[in-house]
Amino acid sequence: MRLNTLRRHFRESFKSLGRNGWMTFASISAVTVTLLLVGVFLVIMLNIQHITKQIERDVEIRVHVDLSATDADKDALRAKLEAFAGVEKVTYSSKDEELQKLIDSFGEDGQSFRLFEQDNPLSDVFIVKAENPLDTEKIAKQIETLPSVSKVKYGKGQIEKLFAATTTIRNVGLALIVGLLFTAMFLISNTIKITIFARRREIEIMRLVGATNGFIRWPFFLEGLWLGVLGSIVPIAIVLSAYSYTFDLLYPRLKDTFFQLLPFYPFAWQVATVLVLLGACIGMWGSLMSVRRFLKV
Amino acid sequence: MIEMQDVYKTYPNGVIALNGISVRIKQGEFVYVVGPSGAGKSTFIKMMYREEKPTSGKIMINGVNLANIKNSKVPLLRRNIGIVFQDFKLLPKLTVYENVAFALEVIEESPKNIRKRVMEVLDLVRLKHKARFYPDELSGGEQQRVSIARSIVNNPAIVIADEPTGNLDPDTSWEIMDIFERINDRGTTIVMATHNREIVNTIRRRVIAIERGKIVRDEVKGEYGYEA
Repeated sequence: MRLNTLRRHFRESFKSLGRNGWMTFASISAVTVTLLLVGVFLVIMLNIQHITKQIERDVEIRVHVDLSATDADKDALRAKLEAFAGVEKVTYSSKDEELQKLIDSFGEDGQSFRLFEQDNPLSDVFIVKAENPLDTEKIAKQIETLPSVSKVKYGKGQIEKLFAATTTIRNVGLALIVGLLFTAMFLISNTIKITIFARRREIEIMRLVGATNGFIRWPFFLEGLWLGVLGSIVPIAIVLSAYSYTFDLLYPRLKDTFFQLLPFYPFAWQVATVLVLLGACIGMWGSLMSVRRFLKV
Repeated sequence: MIEMQDVYKTYPNGVIALNGISVRIKQGEFVYVVGPSGAGKSTFIKMMYREEKPTSGKIMINGVNLANIKNSKVPLLRRNIGIVFQDFKLLPKLTVYENVAFALEVIEESPKNIRKRVMEVLDLVRLKHKARFYPDELSGGEQQRVSIARSIVNNPAIVIADEPTGNLDPDTSWEIMDIFERINDRGTTIVMATHNREIVNTIRRRVIAIERGKIVRDEVKGEYGYEA
């Protein structure tokens, strides 16, 4: 394509934005409203994702070693655990270390456990972490069958519930976002269809004088792109300022809990990029869909 | 050169528009296509710039069979054919100059050539002095001259006109015919569908009469032959 032609396409696309002022406004509003909703969901989703990741990361399997096991047995067990598919890390914690942890976790009251230092009733423990926390249960079941293992603990019941909840939240959020995007595409393709309908004569004449379909499509394609990008500005501003406000409000209160929000940077850039790209895509898609009807392809 | 062989056209709604048409039009000829309304004139014309495809038969234009070229090749075909309509089909928001230049812009002609060619054809249709006017500031005849200028601006071998004088008063119609004759004098083939009896009977050229989808008469220097 010649440079002049490209310049013409850009000029035409901008002219058309101005010429169809109200339609431009309507399309941009459609994108704005949808992207605002998508943006809010996106921010919430990503934060939930972040929080569940943190919770999931704390899920571990505690393998209690049989009291009769020798050092050689322990080494063999460790090697087997490490060789398991899906195991990320195996840490050893001797029964003395376990007792110390127990004492520490009770604070002042823990001192009474010091009595057991002479005759420690606890077992040595291997702490196993799964690469994918969702595999925890499967791996735990397999570990139970190994020799020199007396007990396997992994928070049975609770983590299943937790994982079920986080998976549901993820899927519902994803479905909502996809649904919203489709709505936006149809809104845009409809508004652009009206602007194109007003210009069908122009398209007809272009076809009569021998313009290729690609040539006819370009300005509409660019117009859709501008609509999408312009429509993403307000949602980005609103979503990010709201997030910054919420973050500042909640951060001190959540400081010592599991519930850590994503820090503002680089999260802000990521959200802005995603929204601009989504706007651009739905804009271009919408206009290409509606111009198709006027071209015999 | 245009050649049709046994062209049939049936529309999806069952209307048979063309019922076996065979005709040859040589380069540089001036041909009137006449016939009652609904006889198939428009379909016959539309076949030539591939707005409609024949149901069967062959349509050769400069050695290319329009019956089986791909849709993507249609734009290239149309760059070699100028088309003029009864309702001018000008863009109201563009000036006379821009309307004519439009035809060259969309085929990616260089700006320098565009200027030169547009001024040339506006001179030919005697509208150079109105280049900056908008279509609604012109009379019907002037608008039709602009549309003729647009149709010939890329030097097509063939100009197809579908009732170009249909919306014009008699005096203006003669002006338009004068321009068509001059274009024809330069060697451009002209195929013109018309209902204008006076024009056909005065400027005597080849006449092809179509009725019920068939050519019923084909005469060199023929006459209109229908009651007005």
